[in-house]
Parts: sequence; structure tokens; C-alpha cells
Amino acid sequence: MSWEPVIGLEIHVQLKTRTKMFCRCPVGFGAGENTQTCPVCLGFPGALPVPNGQAIEWTVKLGLALGCEIAPKAVFSRKNYFYPDLPKGYQISQYDLPSCINGKVLVPLAEGDHEVRIVRAHLEEDAAKTLHVGGQTGRIGGAAHSLVDFNRGGTPLVEIVTAPDIRSSEEAKQFLQLLRQAIVELGVSDAEMEKGTLRVDANVSVRPVGSDELRTRCELKNMNSFNYVARGIDAEIARQIGVWEGGEELRQETFDFDAATGTLTPRRTKEEADDYRYFPEPDLVPVEPSAEMIERLRAELPESPVSRIRRVQAELDLDRAVVLVTGGLDPLWEATVAEGADRLQAANVIANSLVGAGVDPAAVAPAELAKLVTARERLPRQAYDEAIARLGEPGFSADPYLAQEAVSDTSELEPIVERVLGAHPAQVEAYRSGKDGLLGFFVGQVMKETGGKANARVVNEIVSRQLAG
Amino acid sequence: MIDTLRLSAEEAIALVERKEVTPAELHGVYLGAIAERNDELNAYLRTVDTVDADATSIPIAFKDVISTRGVETTAGSRILEGYVPVFDATVAARCKTAGLTLLGKTNTDEFAMGSSTENSAYGPSHNPWDLERVPGGSGGGSAAAVAAGLAPWALGSDTGGSIKQPAALCGNVGLRPTYGTVPRYGAVAFASSLDQIGPVARRVRDCALLYSIIAGRDPRDATTVELPAAVELPEGDRLDGVRIGLPKQLDELTAIEPGVRSAFERTIELARELGAEVGECDLPLSFEYGLPCYYLVAPAEASSNLARYDGVRYGPRVEGSTYREMVERTRDHGFGDEPKRRIMLGTYALSAGYYDAFYGQAQRVRTLLIREHRDALSRFDVIATPTSPTVAFRIGDKSADPLAMYACDLLTIPSCLAGLPGLSVPCGLSDGLPVGLQLIGPQFGENALFRAGHVLEQALGFDPVPIRLRSEEGA
Repeated sequence: MSWEPVIGLEIHVQLKTRTKMFCRCPVGFGAGENTQTCPVCLGFPGALPVPNGQAIEWTVKLGLALGCEIAPKAVFSRKNYFYPDLPKGYQISQYDLPSCINGKVLVPLAEGDHEVRIVRAHLEEDAAKTLHVGGQTGRIGGAAHSLVDFNRGGTPLVEIVTAPDIRSSEEAKQFLQLLRQAIVELGVSDAEMEKGTLRVDANVSVRPVGSDELRTRCELKNMNSFNYVARGIDAEIARQIGVWEGGEELRQETFDFDAATGTLTPRRTKEEADDYRYFPEPDLVPVEPSAEMIERLRAELPESPVSRIRRVQAELDLDRAVVLVTGGLDPLWEATVAEGADRLQAANVIANSLVGAGVDPAAVAPAELAKLVTARERLPRQAYDEAIARLGEPGFSADPYLAQEAVSDTSELEPIVERVLGAHPAQVEAYRSGKDGLLGFFVGQVMKETGGKANARVVNEIVSRQLAG
Repeated sequence: MIDTLRLSAEEAIALVERKEVTPAELHGVYLGAIAERNDELNAYLRTVDTVDADATSIPIAFKDVISTRGVETTAGSRILEGYVPVFDATVAARCKTAGLTLLGKTNTDEFAMGSSTENSAYGPSHNPWDLERVPGGSGGGSAAAVAAGLAPWALGSDTGGSIKQPAALCGNVGLRPTYGTVPRYGAVAFASSLDQIGPVARRVRDCALLYSIIAGRDPRDATTVELPAAVELPEGDRLDGVRIGLPKQLDELTAIEPGVRSAFERTIELARELGAEVGECDLPLSFEYGLPCYYLVAPAEASSNLARYDGVRYGPRVEGSTYREMVERTRDHGFGDEPKRRIMLGTYALSAGYYDAFYGQAQRVRTLLIREHRDALSRFDVIATPTSPTVAFRIGDKSADPLAMYACDLLTIPSCLAGLPGLSVPCGLSDGLPVGLQLIGPQFGENALFRAGHVLEQALGFDPVPIRLRSEEGA
């Protein structure tokens, strides 16, 4: 039997508001433990939450970018449970009346666009950070003691929940890349998985191809890069297919993905189901965004990554379009092409050389980049690399580098090639008896002789010709 | 020599303004009265001896649910023993800005849960009219302090009657303000959608004055609003044109003691003589479902509000071998029976599968009560009832029977659920103990309540000094 994966994602996005969700403590990393706290986010008796207007606006904006309907009335509820990272004994979170519902995102895939429905996007407050000391698992069970840093507690968090519409780990990764790019471009979050400002949980099940049933699903947590998400999902899909094909019944479980070993570790199952006793937060009034605000935010939306991918794809191909757009590189690419650079070469230079050199695309002058793209072939490698590395510097000009054209004159290069081949008879012999890989060795020697100023393509031709001769 | 027993807040302010006494001296006079009488009353849990150098006015006492920077705030509970807030409640800050000096923190039922102060972890307060009797609750400490001249006025908090009922039982004036007019920031929460801070005083005018100091929108409390009209100090001696509605359900209410009923009826008759138009209104749902509705909503919210007392950040901690055991032991040790009872009730009412039948249903009933009151108040300016069905009862009489205790608030609860203001004014004695008249107005109708209350207060000539203390006057 062949199996079809059914995947839904839950994404937590930490908003980069200046202050916390329900108090005016600063949001930020790196401050000393428990220095960004106040009676509100420490849950002192009598302290009350006051919502962050910016966070509410950004949630609406994010919802609009995800094609959601914006609720005329959203309600914060209390999610009640005990945990040391939850100072009030409840988390304030939108629950049955979230700010954003019924959205959709199109994921461009080789076989065409695939729609992923967004069930909801709601606003909540983040928990504090705990460090469990002692014990083996790093969890609270078995720990000798736990330390709590409340700096993170109360940071605004948007939770985005997709329908189980995703059909492969690749699609999940692609969706997340698109989502992340959209969020970053909206300016509402840094959305960095390594920093935890973007967190992803995946719900995975499998079913026989052609069936539309929803089988038991398992939840994957603790995956802190898009690649780990993809690997975790693949591992879980394989595991579930194994269970079903082994004639067993799948148990609903939650797993942590260990990227180092590629394995899934089940979390300890609770004896009873969680009952969070949600009820509307009586300390807050409903969120009722005005129609004017919604329209203003809608008008502010940048073009979506998906529609840009389509535009770029028409001039390149899907893969390059995805790389450029999800890297936020497409505006530079478009500007560079407009300055006369070749589309494909510009795409390659930007996606490879520029990104490899760690240059900020926003700091690059497209006209200078276009000159480098066009002259690339003729430039000595060193000069090209240096020019690329310095592209982001203020006032950068490509002209001094263009002056250092590579030596392409065959009459100048041929004697050098002869010399090199003559100096390495054993290697020449080896090459002629089939060791093709030695070609690079000879080219490298010639480049060394010329101090890197030779045109590598021309050297390559001469070496090949002479060895063949 | 200032005798605090009969001094109204307004009179005390006049003394200070005329520089007959400094704020610090007056503070000292009250501390002297407290030293003399608090032992028998247990009205104060602790006093504050120091007076801010910039104090310009008279002293005040706060119920111990109001956070005071640097002054222990326990909410009458062991679980907050030794807890010293690092911030002032907004009302405390506003009193400070008004130049008032904090005399001390008054006793309360634990987390304001109760009608007698017998649920305080620090022992019950005693009624200055009869030390064998309760002062009411939960704000019995503030009411007893004001009645016995241990404070010119005080702040209380009212969830289902905790300002109005003790005021009635101690012969004071107490206002539960319109929900959302007085900031709750810094008031230890019991049931957030019901809690309101309000004034307790000797006189209606004092009550109005204190209300004007504490009321108004607070950026730290998202449920507050700006007052639509300024607070007016009431004047006048007539009630011409004032329409007073009497719920017809009062007639069948056997819980109302005869002495309470007759004092109430005499007062209504007096109102009629002063020009009021008295008619009958109908609040059937309020009388039938008010109490059960309240005892679902309030415990539900309390079960969540009290979750923060986990021993992690403040208050006493009882160690355990795991986090969960530490929390369980801390809460078991720290909470008394009544909070435990309400946490269990509320947890149940919010549980999956029961939410709709209990909490959800109670919220729907609450909407009906709001509507019912709105209808009644479209035809009347105020609704009048006795504040409490009984006068002060004996300590221990009801403490073993939670349901009997809950029934004390039968008459105060419905308007609390409707978010409406209620004023309790003393309206006579029954067996030598004070009886309170409750006046309920529409949202933001405080000025009308103050006016009606003031006129009746003047006409009734009620002497707020407890009989047993009158002999001490001038002594």
C-alpha cells in the first residue's frame, strides 16, 4: 500500500514589540535574569493586564497577510494550569474568539500551487523561561531545583494554526520559509528559529493514498530549524507507516525530535487529559478593531512572497524563485536585472556569491552588482571575490575591479601551461591513463604561476587541449 | 482634645485646614484611639505609625486587600503572611496624592470571601455595637474601625456586598461604586468581574468625597472608564420627584427580620413624606437566581485568581520533594476553608463538560439580571431594599453553615452582578443594632444615590456612634 502524509503545523511567532503583551516591560534578549519584570508579569497580587495595542495591530496585519478574516470582536481567555513559568497560574490567550480566522496560503510547488488553509491566528502571552537543574532529562521531573527567568514571560506571541493540508515534509518546509519571509517583511517579528522567536510544532498522520480519513496523529516538538522540521516529519512518517504496516494501532503521542541522532523521543504521557478551564479573561475587555484600522493595515501590506515567487518564476524557474524570494533577495535581483545584468547569472551571483559572502542585500547598489555580474567571467577570481565581499560597503564602486581583467591571451598563457605540464610528468602520465580529476590540479598550478590573474576558463581550455595533444 | 468617635471626615478636614491640628497630629490622635480600642475589636491587622512629610490631609484605613507599598498586605490570608508589596494600588496612590495618611490595614475575611470576617486567618473582628457580634464582612475591619472612631473613613472592596453589608451592620455609610469607575489595580483579586473598591464613612457626604478621590479611569486597569460627570457633594433636604422602586419580591421574603423590615418601612414612609414617589418594581430573576448565579461566577473567577499563590515568588512556602508537592503543600497550609471551598466550586464550574451548565449558564443569567435591573431603573431613579436581611449576628452563629452565611448577601448580590452602584445608609435600629437601607442606582448614578442618601440621613438623624461607646464621649 502507498501512504499519504497528512500534516498540520502550529507556529508560534514572538512579536518584536517594544514592550510586553500586558505590561510595559521591555521585550529583549540578553538582559540579566529577571531584570525585565514588574508586578504584572510576575503575577503579583492585584496586578492587572493592559493589552499592547501594537501587538493587536500586528496580529491583525499578520492575519491579513495570511488571507484571514479579522474578527470584529476577539476575546482573551484564561488558560488555567500550574507551572513555575506561569506566574499567574493561567496564560492569557485568545481562545474561542481569536483575532484572525479562515485564511489560506498558497505554496508554489513543482506540480502547481497547493493551498494550505489557516484555521486561526491568535494572540497570547509567552511563558517565562525555566532551567531545571539536576536530573537527567532537563525537565522538571527529577530536577533538584528549577530556576525561572521571567524576562520572556508576557512577550506577545501569535499562534498560527494550519489545517492538516500539508502533504510532504518538503511542502512543510516551503510553507514555513514563505511564512517566515512574510512575517519578516511585515516587520512584526525577527522570526528566528534559533532564537526561539519562531517555534514550530507539527501534527503528523498518514493514510492510504486515495483515502480522505484522518487517522491518529502525533505531535512533534522541539525542532529548531526548517531542516529539522522536515527531517522530523520524515522520521515520523516512516515510523507511522511502520506501525500501520506492522498491523498495529498508532497511539497518540507527543515526540521531541533530536536533531543530532535524528530520533524521536516520546514525552511522558499524562495520566489524564488536560483541562485548562478556559473562560473569558474578566480583567480585559474584548478586542474590537475598527474597520478603518483594518483597511489601513490592509493597504500597508507588502506584495506577498507567493505572488513574488510567481513573478520571478516566470523569468527564471521555481527553485531559483523560491530561493530568491524566501531569502528576501528578489528586490535586489530585479533591480540588478533592470541595470542590464543577465537574469540567470544575476540570480546565481546573488543566491550564491553574495549570500556566501554574508553581504546584506539591502546595502548593495544594483548598478555596481550588475557590472560585476556582467564582467564576472573576465575577472580574476581574487578580484571578483573581493569585489563581492565589499559590495555592501557604502560608496562601493566596481570600476577598480573591472580594470583588473583576467589574462585571457592564449599566447601569454600557452608557454606557462607547457612549463607546468613539463614539470609534472608523472601526473601527466596518470591523467592520460584515465585520471580525469587531475585536470583541476594542472589548472590550479597555472593559476598559481600567474598569481591568480589568468582567466580560469581559458586556462582550462589550453590545459585540456595540450594534454589531449 | 479631639474626640474621634463623632468626628466626620469633613469635620476632620476642616480642622486640618483651619490648622487646628496638623495631619501628623491627627494621625497620632487616631493611633491613640486604635491603641485604646483595637484589642477588643480586632479591626486593624496592623497600623502605620509614620506619616509622609508631604501629607496635607486626614488619615484613612485600607482593607487589607489593597496593596500598599512597603506595608504588609495579607488579604486576611496565611498564604500572604509577610508579603510586602513593592507597589501601591492605584486607589492607595490616589489617596496619597490627595494628602491622606495611611493609618493601617483592616481585617477582612480571607480574600474577601465571607460576610462576617470570621474567615480571616487573623481572627474575627468584633462589632463596636456589641462585641459578641460580627461586624459583617468581608470588610468588617474597615466598618468596625469607622464605627468605633478608629478611622474617619476607610476603603473597602465589594464583590457581593462586602462594603454595603458591614456598613449596614456597623451603622456606617458604604458605597459600592459602578463597576469600572474605581481602579482595581493593586487590589488583591477575588472575582475580577465583580470586585469594586469603594468608600466606607460615617456620613454620605464623606462617602461622596472619598469616592471623588478614588474614582476615574486608570491606564493600569483596562476595565475602568472616565466618570461621565463629576462627583457632587450632596445637599438638600427634600426628595421631590425622586422615584423610588421597591421590589415586590421583598414582601414574600421571610429571611428579612421583622425589626429590619419595620425600620426599612419607616424609612420609606419618611421618603414619601419628603416628596419621593414610591412605587413597586419587579425583580423576579434577581431574587430567585441572584445568589446561585453569584456562587458560580465568583468562585469560578476566584479559582483562577487564587492560582498565583503557589509559593514560587512570594508568601510562605512549604517545601516538597517536587514542584507539584511544594505547590500543594503551600496551598493546603496557606488557604483556609472558605477559599478552598470556593476554589473547588469554581474549578468544578469551569471544568470541561460542566462549563456550559454552570459558568456559561450563570453568565447568561447575569445578562438577564442586568436587563431586569435596567428595566426597573427605566421607571425608577433608585431601587430601595434593606441592605442585609438581618442585623449583626452573633460570632459563631453561622460560621459552621456556609449556606446560611451566603444568604446574608441575598439583597446585595443582584445589583453587584448587574455592575450597578449601591449605597448603604443607616436607617434605624432593631434591638439596639443598626439597620441599613440599600439604594441602588443606574450605572454612574452615584450622584443621585448620594443625594437621596444624604436627604434621608439628615431626616433620619441616625446617631452613628455605637450606644455602648456613647458614655465614653468627651470622657
